[in-house]
Amino acid sequence: MLEIRNLHAKVGEQEILRGIDLEVRAGEVHAIMGPNGSGKSTLANVLAGREGYEVTAGSVLYQGENLLELAPEERARRGIFLAFQYPVEIPGISNTYFLKAALNAIRKSRGLPELDAIEFLQLVREKAKLVEMDEALLNRAVNEGFSGGEKKRNEILQMAVLEPKLAILDETDSGLDIDALKIVARGVNSLRDKERAVILVTHYQRLLDYIVPDRVHVLFEGRIARSGGKELALELEREGYAGIDERGAERELKEREVCGR
Amino acid sequence: MTYRMLDPSAHYRSCFGLVPPDDGWLERIRREALERFAESGFPTTRQEDWKYTNTAPLAKIPFRMPSQAPESDVKALLAAYPLLAPGDAAIVFVNGRYRADLSNAAHAQERAVVSSFRAARQDGHRGLVAEHLTRYASYTARPFVALNTAFVTDGALVSIPEQATIERPIHLIFLTEPGAEPIFCQPRALILAGAGSRASVLEHHLGEGDGEYFSNSVSEIALGDRAQLDHFHVARPGARAFHVSTVQARQGRESVLRSYSLSLGGRLVRNDLDTVLAEEGAQCALSGLYLAAGSQHVDNHTTIEHAAPNSTSEELYSGVLGGRATGVFNGKVIVRPEAQKTSARQKNRNLLLSNDAAVNSKPQLEIFADDVRCTHAATVGRIDEDALFYLRSRGVAIAAARQLLIRAFASEITSGIQEREVKAALTEVVSEILSSDEWVEER
Amino acid sequence: MPSKPSTIEELTRQEYKYGFVTDIEVDAVPRGLNEDIIRLISAKKNEPDFLLEWRLKAYRHWLQMEEPRWPNVRFGKIDYQDIIYYAAPKRAKDRPKSLDEVDPELRRTFDKLGISLAEQERLAGVAVDAVFDSVSVATTFKEKLAELGIIFCAFSEAVQNHPDLVRKYLGSVVPYTDNFFAALNSAVFSDGSFCYIPRGVRCPMELSTYFRINAAETGQFERTLIVAEEGSYVSYLEGCTAPMRDENQLHAAVVELVAMENAEIKYSTVQNWYPGDKEGKGGIYNFVTKRGKCAGPNSRISWTQVETGSAITWKYPSVILLGDNSVGEFYSVALTNNYQQADTGTKMIHIGRNTKSTIISKGISAGHGQNSYRGLVRIQKGASGARNYSQCDSLLIGSNCGAHTFPYLEVRNNTAQVEHEASTSRIGEDQLFYCRQRGISNEDAVNLIVNGFCKEVFRELPMEFAVEAQKLLGVSLEGSVG
Repeated sequence: MLEIRNLHAKVGEQEILRGIDLEVRAGEVHAIMGPNGSGKSTLANVLAGREGYEVTAGSVLYQGENLLELAPEERARRGIFLAFQYPVEIPGISNTYFLKAALNAIRKSRGLPELDAIEFLQLVREKAKLVEMDEALLNRAVNEGFSGGEKKRNEILQMAVLEPKLAILDETDSGLDIDALKIVARGVNSLRDKERAVILVTHYQRLLDYIVPDRVHVLFEGRIARSGGKELALELEREGYAGIDERGAERELKEREVCGR
Repeated sequence: MTYRMLDPSAHYRSCFGLVPPDDGWLERIRREALERFAESGFPTTRQEDWKYTNTAPLAKIPFRMPSQAPESDVKALLAAYPLLAPGDAAIVFVNGRYRADLSNAAHAQERAVVSSFRAARQDGHRGLVAEHLTRYASYTARPFVALNTAFVTDGALVSIPEQATIERPIHLIFLTEPGAEPIFCQPRALILAGAGSRASVLEHHLGEGDGEYFSNSVSEIALGDRAQLDHFHVARPGARAFHVSTVQARQGRESVLRSYSLSLGGRLVRNDLDTVLAEEGAQCALSGLYLAAGSQHVDNHTTIEHAAPNSTSEELYSGVLGGRATGVFNGKVIVRPEAQKTSARQKNRNLLLSNDAAVNSKPQLEIFADDVRCTHAATVGRIDEDALFYLRSRGVAIAAARQLLIRAFASEITSGIQEREVKAALTEVVSEILSSDEWVEER
Repeated sequence: MPSKPSTIEELTRQEYKYGFVTDIEVDAVPRGLNEDIIRLISAKKNEPDFLLEWRLKAYRHWLQMEEPRWPNVRFGKIDYQDIIYYAAPKRAKDRPKSLDEVDPELRRTFDKLGISLAEQERLAGVAVDAVFDSVSVATTFKEKLAELGIIFCAFSEAVQNHPDLVRKYLGSVVPYTDNFFAALNSAVFSDGSFCYIPRGVRCPMELSTYFRINAAETGQFERTLIVAEEGSYVSYLEGCTAPMRDENQLHAAVVELVAMENAEIKYSTVQNWYPGDKEGKGGIYNFVTKRGKCAGPNSRISWTQVETGSAITWKYPSVILLGDNSVGEFYSVALTNNYQQADTGTKMIHIGRNTKSTIISKGISAGHGQNSYRGLVRIQKGASGARNYSQCDSLLIGSNCGAHTFPYLEVRNNTAQVEHEASTSRIGEDQLFYCRQRGISNEDAVNLIVNGFCKEVFRELPMEFAVEAQKLLGVSLEGSVG
């Protein structure tokens, strides 16, 4: 489904990705881990087509197509979904209106009929239950005044409604309590089937207790330093990123201090 | 005292004739400026920038050139002035005349020049004044700058060398004490902060006695690249004084100007403060406090011009108005097309203590670039009734409670001052003014 | 990475879809302005003497006045002698008795504009007065409204049938001395809408007027007067369009509202006069004076405007809050694209005690558009307990436009509370990317964000108007973002 070859990318003058190779097949869940600044979020944003990220070398094929040539909305219409690390507020536009506009834009691009208000409402209510989202939030402006946890849940609701082929979750677990984490996991697991793939970008192992990955990759300084099965995540949890690199160890230590762990 | 109609142009032209001619370049500028003033006269309320401030009373009075030294013991006055620490560098002008005997230029550290224009000329810094004077404050566009420039024979010069850090504040003191006749003074300052330098300069415009006078000051400020300057304009004019001031600054790359303007008295006060963020990354923070009671009128006009990318401005002006006083705030933020990534925040707050006090607030944004984040806000209200009730319910008497809340309101400005001693002294001065009854009583 | 498609330029290419000209015989007065022209207009309309006198006084006053140049807009010299001050569709001498008698060409014009007079009457339950160039051509629903004692008719008809009311209220809110364009309007106004809601009556339907400038080289000077008696309520809608012409046309209207004790007037405008082409050629100069007087206690006047058209918009719908506890509101969306200029805002004059006003202004600038908010909040000395809250937000789309905010706060009473807030920023890159990542096209994303930005204003509009306004905004912005 997704083939990343020797991907290099920079933000401003700084090279963040320095040769990523990754293959994701339909039906798989990949976890991408690594210390802060290793390039995890950059990778997620490059895949979604965010401006300000310049690809300097390498290629990305998605369903046999050159992904990098596509505008962000074209990628979305082909089934790529990014759950944002920091979901954006859009004042004045209700959550349902936004989601309906998105869903119908995607359906239209696939030659499917647009859903009318009633059909859509049925769908969104059903999905809202899945992520235990209060219906009141559906009528509020997109993410405006939402708590951190509500924003993340809203991302999962959008994912559940849009039913992407490739979902990329950018640190969706950060800042969530255990109950919210389970809800997010339920949303992702309900989407798992042999047609779809998921990339989980995460800093911590705990999300992987609920969404068991097929593969775990450790990103370090813009490259995949190690890959393995789900055991790798547990190993990282025990030993930190120290095992990856000495500098990584230092950084990890600092981060732990900052986080007060 | 009442006066007959006066033609200000003719009046000031006749005063001009009393000034002994200076050397070539300055004389030429002075004459040009006089002609400009003679053409424009004083502004009227028909002009948008003077809509809320009527200069007619000022124009009517035949202020004279000061001819005599004040009666007071100025030395003792300065010794008692709480903002001036002994030993600090200070340039003192009394009734428009430089007073070497009261000044203290010797303690300027790090090769900094702290001097009068005339003394600077003899000390070999003549070029500085000639190079910079009138470069930042336009006498063609502004009548009050023209009038000041027409009478520039001396002034206060501060020049901080590149990379120098001056630890102690530098004081520029302009003291006016009229006798029986109304007099005018035209204080002038030139402040040059070299690249990478750091310094604090305090201008004090003080009035003594209750005679009528007109002080019309102009300060020009240039900040070199990465210079940091704290500039204070402290106005404590006499009760019947007219104080008009113009401060014009130009800021180089990544320079930082922190300006504090305190208007603490006078019959009519008008301050114009403009800064141009001329080069990339320049920052300014303008703070202002104006206190007016009785029948005082105080008007603050500021303009922040973002002319280069990545520049930042912050502005907060607060006014406390009692009695029949009127306050004006007119703050303009201009963002030029090339000034992308500008951030500008402006706020004006007004506290009306009496139902006869009034305020006119005009915050303005003029934005010609798109990648900007600019906000402004203005509020007018009286003392928070809930807070007042809360204090009273804790046993604080109403007058004391009001005073506490007014002080708290004013302290939002003074608490931002970075130099500890200056902050303490100014806070004390403001508290002392606010402790008088005219501020505390309602209505 | 795909480069960002340049939607800013594309947006400006949107065509104005109401730009057609109706071929119709016109009865017009000679070009230019003098006392004879005013007498001629007055005679054509068979006006009572008091009105002619009033017009002449206004004209003589106007001659003493200077065209204001203080707004933040630029325009060439207007030759007031080169304007035709009165143009009316030629037709049978008498006003049509029913819609069937309206000139079919005219009917087709209004149909094209989406204002099917007959349909409106039958189905929508909206009473419509249609003003074509200088005169009102049809008013619907009149009889039904008359049963409630509501007068809703062309201004010229009110002059004939209700001269006392006209005499009492004309100029009572906007005197002819008020400003240059109000004086000009008072001298030459040709028609407009008149609306009178008697005591205690809630008008059961929206009243609406559609204005259309058709003839070339004419100015439109209509005058609207709405009087809401004690305890009454009315919601009034106004829409405007004009053909595409290369020369600028002047529209100098006056609107006066009077609300008595406990009365409420909601006045909504969707203004879509021809804005000129994308080079800035042609377009309407929309110089309008709109003012309401909350004359009685507890009265309420609310202005909602969506201004997307006109080469230059210059207007400040205002409220004089005379009655104690009266409320004034101003909700505005002003969009300037291409070379459009707008200097618009409001005045809230608090005179009565415990008066309240709210100002919500949303300015959107795209292309080379220049958008200024100018507003005055004045709290008079006697206005104890007055409150004002103002919020003015500007959105910038593209780097050649400008957004300016000029609020004036004048407070003479210390029990008043006045708060003003303003912000200016460009459309958020993050917001755009978020929408696009969800599959929404760039252009739709811009529309969505702009509509969200205007939400607080749109929700004040009656439903049909809100939908129209949203569409209009989309059309006016088409192609403006990358």
